[in-house]
Order: sequence, then C-alpha cells, then structure tokens
Amino acid sequence: MNILVCIKRVPDIAGSVTLDDTGAGIDEAGLGHTMSSHEECAVELAIGTAAATGGTVTVLTVGPAEAVEQLRAAVAVGANDGILIETADPAAFGPEDIAQVIGDVVRDRAESGQTFDLVLLGDDAADTGDFQVGIRLAYDLGYPVLSNIQTLSPTDSGGIEARGIGPAGTEIFTVDLPAVIAVHEGGVDPRYPSITGRMKAKRAPIAEYDAPEPSAGNPRIRLELPEVKQSSVTVLGEGPEAAPALVDVLEEIGVIRP
Amino acid sequence: MASIPAQASVVVVGAGIVGNSLVHHLAELGWTDIVQVDKGPLPNPGGSTGHASNFIFPVDHSREITDLTLDSMRQYKELGVFTESGGFEVARTEERMQELRRRMASARAWGIESELVTPAEVAEKVPFLDPEVIVGAFWTPTVGVVDSVRAGTMMRESAESKGALTVSPNTEVTGIDVEDGRIVRVHTTKGEIATERILVACGVWSPRIAAMAGASIPLSPAVHQMISVGPVPQLAERPGEISFPIVRDMDTFCYERQHGSDMEIGSYAHRPILHEPDDIPSNESAKLSPTEMPFTDEDFDPQLEQAVELMPEVLSNPEVEIRYAINGLLSLTPDGPAVLGESPEVKGLWSAAAVWIKEGPGVGRAVAEWMTHGLPEIDVQAADIARFHSHQRTRTHVQARTSEGFNKTYGIVHPAEQWNSDRNIRLSPMHEREKELSAVFFEAGGWERPQWYESNAGLLEEFGEAVMDRSAEWDSRWWSPIINAEHLALRKRAGLVDLSSFVIFDVFGPAALDAVQRIALAQMDVTIGRVVYTPILDEGGGFRSDLTIMRLAHDRFRVVTGAAHGMVDLKWFADRLPETGAQIADLTSSWTTIGLWGPRARDILAAVTDADVSHEGFRFGTCRTIEIDSLEVLASRISYVGDLGWELYVPMESGLKLWDLLFDAGREHGLVPVGLGVYGTTGRIEKGYRAFGAELDSERSVVEVGMSRPKVKPQDFIGRDAHLRHREAEPKTVLCSLTVDDHTSSSGEKRFMLGGEPIVSANGEPLVDGHGRGAYVTSAGSAPSLGKHVLMAFLPPAEAVLGNRLQVVYMEEFYPVTVASVDSTSLFDPENERIRS
Repeated sequence: MNILVCIKRVPDIAGSVTLDDTGAGIDEAGLGHTMSSHEECAVELAIGTAAATGGTVTVLTVGPAEAVEQLRAAVAVGANDGILIETADPAAFGPEDIAQVIGDVVRDRAESGQTFDLVLLGDDAADTGDFQVGIRLAYDLGYPVLSNIQTLSPTDSGGIEARGIGPAGTEIFTVDLPAVIAVHEGGVDPRYPSITGRMKAKRAPIAEYDAPEPSAGNPRIRLELPEVKQSSVTVLGEGPEAAPALVDVLEEIGVIRP
Repeated sequence: MASIPAQASVVVVGAGIVGNSLVHHLAELGWTDIVQVDKGPLPNPGGSTGHASNFIFPVDHSREITDLTLDSMRQYKELGVFTESGGFEVARTEERMQELRRRMASARAWGIESELVTPAEVAEKVPFLDPEVIVGAFWTPTVGVVDSVRAGTMMRESAESKGALTVSPNTEVTGIDVEDGRIVRVHTTKGEIATERILVACGVWSPRIAAMAGASIPLSPAVHQMISVGPVPQLAERPGEISFPIVRDMDTFCYERQHGSDMEIGSYAHRPILHEPDDIPSNESAKLSPTEMPFTDEDFDPQLEQAVELMPEVLSNPEVEIRYAINGLLSLTPDGPAVLGESPEVKGLWSAAAVWIKEGPGVGRAVAEWMTHGLPEIDVQAADIARFHSHQRTRTHVQARTSEGFNKTYGIVHPAEQWNSDRNIRLSPMHEREKELSAVFFEAGGWERPQWYESNAGLLEEFGEAVMDRSAEWDSRWWSPIINAEHLALRKRAGLVDLSSFVIFDVFGPAALDAVQRIALAQMDVTIGRVVYTPILDEGGGFRSDLTIMRLAHDRFRVVTGAAHGMVDLKWFADRLPETGAQIADLTSSWTTIGLWGPRARDILAAVTDADVSHEGFRFGTCRTIEIDSLEVLASRISYVGDLGWELYVPMESGLKLWDLLFDAGREHGLVPVGLGVYGTTGRIEKGYRAFGAELDSERSVVEVGMSRPKVKPQDFIGRDAHLRHREAEPKTVLCSLTVDDHTSSSGEKRFMLGGEPIVSANGEPLVDGHGRGAYVTSAGSAPSLGKHVLMAFLPPAEAVLGNRLQVVYMEEFYPVTVASVDSTSLFDPENERIRS
C-alpha cells in the first residue's frame, strides 16, 4: 500500500505565544519548528501500515524552503521520500488552495505511474486549526474521507479498518481505497528517529516544485491570541505541617465537606 | 506572594551551580543577609546548569583551571553527588597523539593520575568502541559525573539553614541603581533591595544584568549541541547513571557519555552559533528551558556519522532513538578564561560568569574568599574581570573571538597560538615601518607587536649554529630562529624594540608618595628621577604584579607595566589610593616606548642627543627628560633584556620620529629591530628575570622566587607582615633555572620544551614541593648567548642545588637537565656588568 502523508511546518511552541508584526503569523524568533502532532501520528500510522503491506510512504508539504527539515524528519523515522511544494508565503494559502495543490500532486503522480492508495493528513494544523483540508482534498479527488482517526489496520480485502474516538465512544470504519483519512493524535506513539535513520534522511530524495499562485481566495487574515489564563502556584507548606492548609483548600473548592 | 528583603549585604543573581556555590561559601565565611534571586523556578531555573552534561575531566593545560576543577571535584564528593566513571580522550590521528602526550605532561605536572593507553585497552573498558578507528588514548581514572542541580540545591539550603540567605525564585532583576560609581540598589519584579553589592552569576544573561549598571561582562551565549540516544541495550544492562567511562572523541570535537540507558553525544564541532543575551527566550515562551534552544539538525548531521564510526554497535542500532536534542547555550569569553571579580567599571558589581560545571564550586569558593578578604586561596588572576582592555568589551570583539574560540574547545592549541579575528585594533606609531621590515606580529591587549622581523633573516647566516634552530614542527610553530639571531645581534651590537603596548599610568597629587609607598614592596621615597622595579604584593605576601615605577616629581609617580596584566594593575592601584590627595591617570595611549639596548646603545643614543648619557652622567636605575632632535624624551635606564640601554618614552604621535632617528643613527653601529620574542623570552630567561603569570603569582612568596632584598623598608605596605613572616620561614619551594643537557629524542630529532613540562628526578620520580606542587616548567626558551635551552621551575628546596641532575619530560620522553641557578643570579652575565657598564 503506497501512502502519501501531508504535513505542515509549524512553530514548536510550548508556553506563551506572541504574534508577528503582521498579526497573521506567530513570532518565530527563538522558536524551533516541527510538524503538527496529529501529523506525527499520521506518519507513524503510515510507516506501520506500509511496513505491514509492503508499501511505501511519501511525505508532502506546502511550505517554505526550510520545510524540507520536516520532510527529512519524517524520512528519518521511516518515510521513503518527500515532496516539497515551495512557497515563500504559506499564509497566503487557504485550506482550499492547499487541498487543490495536494490534489494536483496526487493526479500528476498517478499519470506518471505512482498511485497513492491512501492519503493521510492530520485533523488540523497546530498553528491554524482550520480542520478543512482533509475533506476538501477528498472532495477534489472524489475519494471517501474519514476524520478523527487514531489507528489503522489493513483488511484482508485490501481496504482499511480505521478507528477513532467519536462522541459516543470508539468508532470503527471500514473503507475501500483509495481514500483520504485525517488522523487525530493519541492512537499511536510517534517514534523518535534513530541515528542511522537521521543519516538516511540526509540523503533521501526530496522532489521540489514551486507552488502555484493561490486562487481560492480564502487566506488567513489575522490571528488573535486567546486571553492568557493566569496560573499561579502557591506553596502551601512542606511536610505534615502543610496538611491543615491543604484541607482548607480542598474544602474551599468543594472536593471535601467540612 | 512572598516579598523580598528590603536590604541585603549582597544580592546574588542566579541560582545555577555558580550562584548556589557562592551563597554557600559566603555563608560559610560569615556573611549574613544574603539575598539570592533567579528569574526562573527552583531547583532548575533554566540556565546552562540545567542542561549540562555534568562530566568532569580534571586535566587541563592551565594550572589555574586544574586547581579550580580539583577543588570542585572535592566539593562535589563531599556533597555526595560525584560518581567516578573514568574517562578517555581518544586520538584518531598521530597529531592528536602528540597532543595527548602534552596532556600527559600536564597530568604529571599537576600530579593527576593518567596514562596513555592502546586502542585495545580502551575497548576493554568500552567494549562497544571500535578500536580500529583510534590510534591511542589518554586515560584518567578519576574522571566522573556530578549532579550539579542537586549540589546547588544542597549548597543553597546550607546557606539557608544558617539563616544567612533568603532565596527568591521567579524574581527577575529589572534595574540596578548606581550612585557615585557604586551599586546602591537592585530593582526586581518583587521589589527593591538596598545593597552595596550585586554578584552576577547568571551565566549567559550576565552581560544583560551588568549592562543595567552601566558595566560589561564580556561573554557571549554560544550553542553547544547535544543529543541523547537510547535505549541502548549495552548500557541498560548495567545499573546506575554511569558505569562506562566517558569518551572524548577529540579529533571530531565530540564526546560520548553514558546517562543511564542513554548515550549523550555532545559536539564542539559545528559552526559557531552565537546568541544575544536579550534574545534568549523567557521561561514562559521556551519549549524546554530558555537555554535549551531548538536543535538545528543540519549542524549536527556530520557528527552523527563520526559517532557511528566510533561506536557502531551502539549507535547504528535502529532501535536506539534520538530522544532529546538541543542547541544548549553556554557562555564563552573572548579570550577563554572565566570573568571573575569586581568590575573595574562599577564598585560593588561582582561577576562570576562563564564558568563550567567542572569549575563551579571552586569558583564559588574563590570568589567568596575574594569578596571576603581579598585573597582567594587559588590564584584566579587569569580570569580577573579587570583584565579586559576597552576594545575587548565590545560586542564586535566578543563575537569575533568567541566565534573563533568555540572550535578550539577540543582543538589542539599551541601555547603561542595567535588569534586571527579582530586584529589590528591598536597600532603603534612605528607600525608602518615595522610592516616594511616584514615584522611577524603577535597580539597582546589588542596591540600588534613584532615578534620578530623577517628582514633580519640575513642574521641567520652571521650567527650560524648559534641560533639554535628547531626542526620539530611543534617546537618551531609560532617561532623563528630569527628571534635568536636578533638576540645575538642585540648582545653583540644593539637592538631597537617597540614597547608601545606598555600600560602606563601616573599616580599624582600630594598623597601620591603615601599611595605608592603603601602599594609597592620597594622603597618609593626615592630621589626624583629614580626608577624602581618592585613587586606588588597582596595581603598574604603573594604577588599581584611586578612593575617599574619612576618618580617624576615630588608628587608624581609613573607606573609602567605589561599589556597582558596592566589593566588589572590599574584597578589594583586605583582601589588602594587614599580617600583624598592622590589620583590616577591612565596614560597608556599617550606615551609610546622604544627600547634601545646592547653594547652600542650608548653610542647610538649619544649620536642623537647632546645630553650626557655616559655611565656616570646617566646612572642605571635613573630617568630624566633629554632632548633628541626636536623631541623631549623621557629616558629611563633600565633593562628587561639584561643589557646596557634605555627605555625611551615620547608622546604617541612622536614615536615614529624617534624610531626613525634612532634607526638612522644606529645603522653604522649595526642596530637591528628586535621583536618581543627577545624581549619576552630569550633576553629575560638567560638573565633569570621572572614574569608575572609564569613565575610570579599569589601562591609563591618573594623569598621563594628569590627576589627578597637585604632589607625591608620600615614603612607599612600591603603584604608587609606576611612578607616578614616569609623571610623568617624556610622556603617551601625554590625557583631555579635549569639548562637542558641533551635534546636528542628517541627518534634522533632534537626537541625543545615550550613550558608546562614536568621536572622529575634523575630516576623519574615526581618532585613535590612544600606547597604540594609538582615541579613543572614555568618558562622555557632559548638562551642563545649561552648556547643553551633554559627552563625555569620551582623545585623542592632539597633539589634546588647547583649542578643537581634532574630530568624534564617532554612528549613523554625524558631529557637530562641540570640546575644552573637557585636564586635570581643570571646565567648570562651574572655580575650584571653589561647593564652597569
């Protein structure tokens, strides 16, 4: 089974976030970059599924030249090759534009004899959270689509059984291929790269194309920072002497009754 | 929210290994009302200590660093946070093996057990290392790892338990108030603290804090990349944090260090990656910690392959994953050593910055002692914050030199190696002439100084074998036989030396005599026009400096000292002036100095002046202004090369004219330009002249270096009591000059020691003096007039016997030496007839 995984280069944030001068992006000074955690899980699922079926994994991204780092990171953990659709201004691409670009790659590759049986994405990107590309891509390709998926297993009939957490509990789908599946983190532990994997990634083939002009007309306008929740820590004390203060707090928040 | 004390005896900024060690030692020394702040949380506030690899190799070429490391290891052991693992420095090349032989010399000199071992012996202890990749290794069994965060916590708590310390984490310093040049107040996010002292021990952020007081701590945050890979089955089999020796793969500038079931691989091989202190992320916005910056894969990729070569079995295992990877920040200074002591810019601003884990507790103790009574037991003068000349504090200089220095961390650095970056900062007025003479420039304090002149190559023929040429590449790197030829030409005829790099300052005012009298060991109440060479002692009777002082008037004294240490001397004097009546003026950039020495010096000087320069008319040890052409020149008849002659001082802008006048007049007398190779080494070593930082330091007394005078002046001076005690006691060590009797190595090549080598007995036993110090070469150099290579070394008194046959160990071979002087008697011209002719 040949699998295409679509990933996005995002700032690797942990604590407070500041916006850049345009208001449409994150101030990336001092920040590293990574792929979204849903996508890390998608890569992990792709590697496992490809290994089980004797297939290959190709990773694709639309992003700046530096996004090759994220492609190589995916190769370092087991993907075979990468496709970089390069643009200096990724923020100009709305979800529909991205879906269009990916769809074109899938069609072009099919014409040249490389078919992808399965296209994996993350549910949404860590920085923009649009939650749209998967379904728009499926629509564009005319494929069935699943979202919120956490684990995959190939079926005997050549399809995929996919599981995810739905509102009522575990949802189990069986889908024929080709298909688009949007992954939600939590079903698998993404592996770390090995040294040899990293060395292989350095030499892995990355096909590079220039991105077309975005045409769908729904780019990001601006970002807004949510109100920062103030958190403070009060040390109640140390050892047995702290017990009465702890009891007071537990009573105050209603965990125990006086 | 806890408030902060309104007053403190000292505010310590930083709760890493250095700050924590400092509060501990200050409390031990009796300090109370200490306040320690850190902008991060405890126990790991997010600085460099928190991500350090925490291993310690005790052997360093620097005695000062080794002393601090050994003291730190002792402290870590006392705290119970030291685990001995042993460590290898492995060599992949023959060039590195030579460096490891030098390492052995340092180990022997500092008395640390080490040995050179074969690849098979390495593989025996580290079975997953491929012995085929290496040619040998340097093994130190006492290498180990520490828990620096735990150690810091224990030290901090010890100060707290004494009631001496208030700790305030999550507290950022926002401003520092300075009044009349002194610290008066520190502003923090939790309130103001009135204090006279702030101790900056916050590593990479230190420049930012110092800048709040208008001062500088010259360092740059720099990236050291590290990854941690695991789980490694071979490591997981054994219990505990570390059970295999640490391996420094010296030629790839990397190390491999076990950490439980993981292997840490650190690199000093990547491009220098500097950051600005202000650009380091806050604790809130950092993904890991502020000093664990995002890893840049492409910088580390080349090291991965080299690491796999060395430990293929472990590192090419696909199950072994890269679980942690950082661009860790550490602090680098423009010249290498740490930045310790009170700032010369603001009173009460103390620095303890750019310190590694292996020196942290030792530095904490030394700086605490320094703050308390001014006398750190371990001499840390090489790290004194006062050492920097103004240009060395600039961002451009700091960035240039830290960039250049980063890859030297595991590099093979020749003792005379010069910096390439940020040169030509201070040029003497004669610089263009010197370039025309094809001078080879070495740098000191930013000054470009001719080390020798290629234009003197013709002298090689004149002096033939006497120039003592060296065939071994290492011995002759940063060296030329022309130095020795210039020396011989000076001794035979005359030499002209550009001494513009002298640090010169005047002490003047009605209390000037009292001031210098109190600072100098020698009698300063001398007639006007006397030049006095004097040791400068600390309260313990150890050397703070040695320099010359000219009495120019009843109320004016001119101090002349060297470029390397002169800025420290300036602060030493400035700090010890009386409250009123004496001032100090730095005239370094006002005066240039030209040295004229040699048997023809008088003839040459007489040719350009009508002044009486006869022996009777211009006695040794005197100075006065003479007219040379249209210049007024302050001539001082002294010599650091041991020959007849003068130091000639003129305003900087007239230096070129004086140089040209002397040069022209000297032509018929065979005058040659002479570089600092003669002035700094050959000239002084055959005269037995001591150099500060080599022979002279705070540990050895005036008596032990053979410089005590018949009488001690009756006036009080700093260090007098201690000096009197030293004179009564038997010396614990004796500074000697030794000659090398045979230079022939096992390969038949003649080898020449460069300094730092151990001296051992005739049967190879170590020699240890009464201070517990092993004997080692403090200075080495050609003595061309004697046809000998001369070494200076402190020997145990019983060994300090003329004619005593000992050995020097160079590159792990033994060469016979003979003790040739056991006091300051010169090997060349012992009666000083030349100087006094």
